[in-house]
Amino acid sequence: MIKVEGLSKNYGLVKAVDHISFEVAEHQNLILLGTSGCGKTTTLKMINHLINPSEGRIWINGVDITKEQPETLRRKIGYVLQNYGLFPHYTVAQNIAIVPQLLKWDKLKTQKRTLELLEKLHLPTDILSTYPSELSGGQQQRIGLARALAANPPVLLMDEPFGALDNVTKANIHAEFLALDELKQKTIIMVTHDVQEAFELGDRICLMDKGKIVQDGSPTELLLKPTNDFVAGFLKEQQLLLEFKTTKVLDLWALLNVSHLSNIEPTVNADLDLWTLIELIKKQKIDTITIQNSANGEVKTLRFEAIMQAFYQYIKAK
Amino acid sequence: MNEHTLNLWEFMVQQADKLAVQTLQHIGLTFIALILAVLIGLPLGIFITRKKQFSGAILGVASVLQTIPSIALLGFLIPVLGIGPKPAIFALFLYALLPIIRNTFTGITGVDPSVKEAAVATGMNKWQILFKVELPLAMPVIFAGIRTATVITVGVATLASYIAAGGLGEFIFGGISLNNTNMILAGAIPAALLAVIFNFLLSRLQKINVAKINSVTKVLPFLLLLLASLYFAPSAYGSKLKAGFTPEFMGRSDGNLGLIEKYGLKINTVVINDAVMYKAAYEKQLDVISGYSTDGRLAAFNLVILQDDRHIFPPYYAAPIIKQATLKKYPDLENTLNLLSGKINDSVMTRLNYLTDYLHQSPEQVAKDFLVANHLYKPSRRGHEGTIIIGSKIFGEQYILANMYALLIKGNTNYDVATKTGLGGTKICFEALNNNQIDFYPEYTGTGLLAILKPSVKTVVAVSVGKDITYNYVNTEFEKKYDIKWLKPIGFNNAYALMMRKNQANSLHIKTISELSTYLNQK
Ligand SMILES: Nc1ncnc2c1ncn2[C@@H]1O[C@H](COP(=O)(O)OP(=O)(O)O)[C@@H](O)[C@H]1O
Ligand SMILES: [Mg+2]
Repeated sequence: MIKVEGLSKNYGLVKAVDHISFEVAEHQNLILLGTSGCGKTTTLKMINHLINPSEGRIWINGVDITKEQPETLRRKIGYVLQNYGLFPHYTVAQNIAIVPQLLKWDKLKTQKRTLELLEKLHLPTDILSTYPSELSGGQQQRIGLARALAANPPVLLMDEPFGALDNVTKANIHAEFLALDELKQKTIIMVTHDVQEAFELGDRICLMDKGKIVQDGSPTELLLKPTNDFVAGFLKEQQLLLEFKTTKVLDLWALLNVSHLSNIEPTVNADLDLWTLIELIKKQKIDTITIQNSANGEVKTLRFEAIMQAFYQYIKAK
Repeated sequence: MNEHTLNLWEFMVQQADKLAVQTLQHIGLTFIALILAVLIGLPLGIFITRKKQFSGAILGVASVLQTIPSIALLGFLIPVLGIGPKPAIFALFLYALLPIIRNTFTGITGVDPSVKEAAVATGMNKWQILFKVELPLAMPVIFAGIRTATVITVGVATLASYIAAGGLGEFIFGGISLNNTNMILAGAIPAALLAVIFNFLLSRLQKINVAKINSVTKVLPFLLLLLASLYFAPSAYGSKLKAGFTPEFMGRSDGNLGLIEKYGLKINTVVINDAVMYKAAYEKQLDVISGYSTDGRLAAFNLVILQDDRHIFPPYYAAPIIKQATLKKYPDLENTLNLLSGKINDSVMTRLNYLTDYLHQSPEQVAKDFLVANHLYKPSRRGHEGTIIIGSKIFGEQYILANMYALLIKGNTNYDVATKTGLGGTKICFEALNNNQIDFYPEYTGTGLLAILKPSVKTVVAVSVGKDITYNYVNTEFEKKYDIKWLKPIGFNNAYALMMRKNQANSLHIKTISELSTYLNQK
């Protein structure tokens, strides 16, 4: 869907982006991860033709982006800016309607779409006549997203979309983001410097450093098979957390030793990742749980300690 | 003339028509210039945000334009654009340009870059970015520029009256030359009020929240156009000839008022400063002007004086005036000063004025040459038996006379001489004489009558009919009231006069003001 080949951007002697290549499949969510200044924003802007590459080519849906009028290209790409870039002189409704208006949608269609987006993003309709300065950070973020989604673009580029939010708001929005059906139909490139966020939201992660892609793979691949010390070092601090998040109960199934023969409630699906499972056990103040493997129909009732033992065995085996 | 003095309010009520016309013209001029400045300044300001390499040069030129003194600017413009509204509007336009260009530039460059980037990223083209994002967001700053420009323009527009473009300057400058405080205030107060009101209204506009800026931006052009059109509201009645009178002449009974009353003169009249009036007549922008009968430019520009056949202009024969006490103190003085008596008639004085005003010879030189040619010159005796202080008013003719008297005193007496020339007006000279700061100065009989003695209208009419009658009257009255004596008249009569181009007057067979009036009243 999106293909980048040998892409570079030089500012004088600074190589902001240094010969990178990657592909994003349709409906995939690719994360560009890396510390500040590693060239993430520059890459994103080149894909939207906001910046001309010094070298390399970009295709979207098989079409070289330089073959298209930049304005036409941009109207087909939803872009969420780092600090939202909402127009302060436009109401929320006008902000959301910017691209539909550029595409000359009729009023009714625009209005319908706006209301639809508000509902999906859990925003009240009375927000429509307010101005961005009257909104909270979380609300502004959602309006920025609504604006990018308004004209239903197949591609979404997001530059640190949650970067300015506090942790609680961020966690809520992450959950919503994952639950949003509309986003599942999009090809997304999202930029972040937040490792946790990358692992939570990404199908695939490109870890960048000094303009280069250091590793390109699924979250599990990055975690378990780092290509070099840089990747391992980058993820180290969050290692355990990330492993909990990337490991599903199903992955440990063979290692799980049943603690009780009778089923003890609650029962959960083996699809669950370990992090969520631990949260659940903590919240419900229980020490035993029943897990159902829908793949083979087996059911195991386990004590918490048994699950943890299985997990450490699993990690060691890798 | 009115017997009792009017207060300001009565004056304004009495002159309500003129006041209304001048105010409308003033507003109109201001906003025509402002519209032009917005039409040119806004695109220019936008242009330099796109091509920053030109910003220094364009802002620089606009700043320099603004530092040119307004009178000088008008002076530059007259040869190109003539007189009337065109050069006035153009000058105001130039003054209004800088704040508009500058604020457009700063306004647009000050727009949050992330908002601009968002506009590009959503797929707006450069015009959409300009009109939907940059201009609306820069609008408060641009309004501030328009506001500054408005206040400047309202102020400078008072000078429009110098070049026959109307406005409240007519009252202000008329009032200054007539020493009429009511008239000055009747012009100055509305002008100040206009500045305050427009400043206030535009400041409100500037503070309006970003949301409403769109609707304001739509209404504003119509409002500006409406205000600009006020200039054309007062339609002057057309006539075959066009007259330009000084503000002072407009307000005097021995000026325009007398022309209307005694001659029934109906002529399309504009108010103009005397510095540009003669040239405007010469260049056929004006046909009839009010001038002084001995002005050097009469000769320079080939103009003729129309005979005042109904005697509305009192005689203005020049003579030195001096305190009796001074004459006693310096016994040789009277005879010496009288040496000039009868030596300079109207055409001689015109010629001498022409030499200084137009050929730019120094008054000293002109004075000496004249005395030598008339065998009146004697080398200085370098005497030290007291110093005579000679005063003079602030125009060329008086400088020449003062120099002649200085040479005569030095050559014919043992007194020394000091001069205090360039004393502003009649009031200042006369006060200086009264307070012994000067010993004598050349005064005009008409001025003595109307500006100093100010008798009743009846008396003025009675004593204005002949030059000797006026002279005797002022001499007697001055002796009685101030112990001041009028020495013998020098000979010329520097009265108010109506003038036309010689060619035109000849071809229309107009020699007198009556004939002019008759000509104008023919259909
Ligand atoms: N317009 C520019 N001119 C010069 N250097 C730039 C410009 N934009 C970005 N850079 C440099 O390029 C590098 C990558 O920047 P960027 O893509 O914004 O990083 P990131 O988004 O990953 O934080 C940085 O070193 C930055 O200083
Ligand atoms: Mg960035």
